[in-house]
Amino acid sequence: MRAPSSAPDLAVGIFVLLLGALGIWQAAAIPVSPIYAQVGPTVVPYAVGAGLLLLGLLLTGSALRGGWSHDLPEVAEAAPANWRALALLGAGLLVNLALIDWLGFVIAATAQFVLIAAAFSSKRPLRDLVVGVLVTLAAYEFFGRVLGVNIGAGVLEGIL
Amino acid sequence: MDALGNLGQGFASALSLANLGWALLGCFLGTAVGVLPGIGPALTIALLLPITFQVSATGAFILFCGVFYGAMYGGSTTSILLNTPGESGSIITALEGAKMAQNGRAGPALATAAVGSFVAGMVGTLGITFLGPVVVELALKLGPAEYCSLMVLCFVTVSAVLGASALRGLTSLFFGLMLGLVGIDLQTGQPRLTFGIPELLDGVNVVLVAVALFAVGETLFLAWRWHEAKAEVRPIGRLMLSREDWKRSFAPWLRGAALGFPFGVMPAGGTEMPTMLSYYTERKLVKPEHRHEFGTTGAIEGVAGPEAANNAAAAGILVPMLTLGLPTSATAAIMLSAFQSYGIQPGPLLFTQQADLVWTLIASLFIANVMLVLLNLPLVGLWARILTIPPPLLYAGILVFATIGTYGISNSLTDLVLLYGLGVVAMFMRRFDFPTAPVVIGMILGPMAEQAMRQALTISQGDWSTFVTRPVSLAILVLAALALVGPRLFAKRSGAA
Repeated sequence: MRAPSSAPDLAVGIFVLLLGALGIWQAAAIPVSPIYAQVGPTVVPYAVGAGLLLLGLLLTGSALRGGWSHDLPEVAEAAPANWRALALLGAGLLVNLALIDWLGFVIAATAQFVLIAAAFSSKRPLRDLVVGVLVTLAAYEFFGRVLGVNIGAGVLEGIL
Repeated sequence: MDALGNLGQGFASALSLANLGWALLGCFLGTAVGVLPGIGPALTIALLLPITFQVSATGAFILFCGVFYGAMYGGSTTSILLNTPGESGSIITALEGAKMAQNGRAGPALATAAVGSFVAGMVGTLGITFLGPVVVELALKLGPAEYCSLMVLCFVTVSAVLGASALRGLTSLFFGLMLGLVGIDLQTGQPRLTFGIPELLDGVNVVLVAVALFAVGETLFLAWRWHEAKAEVRPIGRLMLSREDWKRSFAPWLRGAALGFPFGVMPAGGTEMPTMLSYYTERKLVKPEHRHEFGTTGAIEGVAGPEAANNAAAAGILVPMLTLGLPTSATAAIMLSAFQSYGIQPGPLLFTQQADLVWTLIASLFIANVMLVLLNLPLVGLWARILTIPPPLLYAGILVFATIGTYGISNSLTDLVLLYGLGVVAMFMRRFDFPTAPVVIGMILGPMAEQAMRQALTISQGDWSTFVTRPVSLAILVLAALALVGPRLFAKRSGAA
């Protein structure tokens, strides 16, 4: 057995470092107004950016000393990655993004529903389609009528 | 007694038909989301936040608190019948509860969980009634400097004390603080961390972040590791508690409630720690003739204690939320943002300026408890049926609601891109064991802490020593430092010994 790699953990540490750098950069970009204030708008952003840099350094250090995540029972005993499920789920999200402004919520969300159900190994696309239409319509009505949230009518909502 | 008089008035308005309706709806929804694995009270309340534009504050908060309490009841059903915790406070319940169900004792396990939740919920709500005004009394003496220190303490406890690693907890917290900074600075009107995107001037929406973390991230993570497995829902059997079951459950209920409530009140938040402590206590205290049942056939004490503890802790969490405006769990943080959307400043003034709201809410908590035990005992079969929803439909449905909840805020594609992007971040947070609750708490509490800090510094004319020269503020900061460093020193010493 080869030793578990700590490369993923290292990537996390570097990601947090980059996030800290991003915070500092954005803090530096805040225009300081001439309005008098004891503490300007930049103090806390700098502190948060610096904090993230420090935490990123510590995480990177921890990764270089062998990492932490491969000892987690959840990771060590996890099933192998299911790329098919993840790809189908991602496709569901992208389809929704592509369709929602164009064809409206019900069609976009139903397409998303069917793809996500397929990701979780559903073998009955027709049932998913029917349930999907019903669930999205019910959600549309609930949010629209009860919560008063306008979700932007599309093709199908216009007909109904 | 002042509290009793106020409570009486609270009951008078809580018993109106409309308020009873909100409580019932909240209890119903709460139990359902508690039962369903993968959805929790934080996500549900986040999705229901738009209701604040339609309904009076009282009605909305009765609904939210019903969801909050209901999820605690519902979570146990899933733990016992499916051996998968419905939410984090029920992880421990699954240990003994699932064993009891395997041995045909699901009925008594469910009954002791429901009655225990009721007992603890009542004890906890009584605690709110009498402790709340006392805390308010103390809190009114605090100035901005003390508040800022108190929030720092809260940050430390929710991120560094709970959870597996202080480093990862703090990273989550700082990520949340950074999200909270996005938008226009309230004091000077300058845009911060907006990357020149106009949609970000109003800040990142709380609903969006909560939905991304609790729904999108979870579902992505599940898909990543998905493999088909048939989960077996155990039959319930008879719901009756025998005389002996009552006798064995009674003390654990009270001990669990006594353990859970203080944990909820302290800014340590979470229901995991008190349930765990309750479990170990009951294991120690069980009568020798029943000791062998722990871990084999399932001991009823191991269900009764932790279930009482998680409900009492849930009630306790409402104390700092209502009296200080300090959220110590993700759910409380989202309720706090609901207060903000009504323009109500949570904090000690809430009890004086919004006395009607507060006392009606507390009275409703008592009512919700009664409703919940009625909903959960006779109707447990209905809840068990929810568990047979096929997972593909369940997860697809969760994401549809996540999308609609986010898209509904502003009908903007930018928000959806942000939602899915943060969802991917949340998936990796799950993979690398970063807790998600500190993100939400940091995001909501961060701006409040910054405001308190700047007020304190304006009062002290820019003198930073105000935080350590005011004795109460200093004491709180010392506590925070101890909470951050203490556990590590302790661990090192006991490791060396």
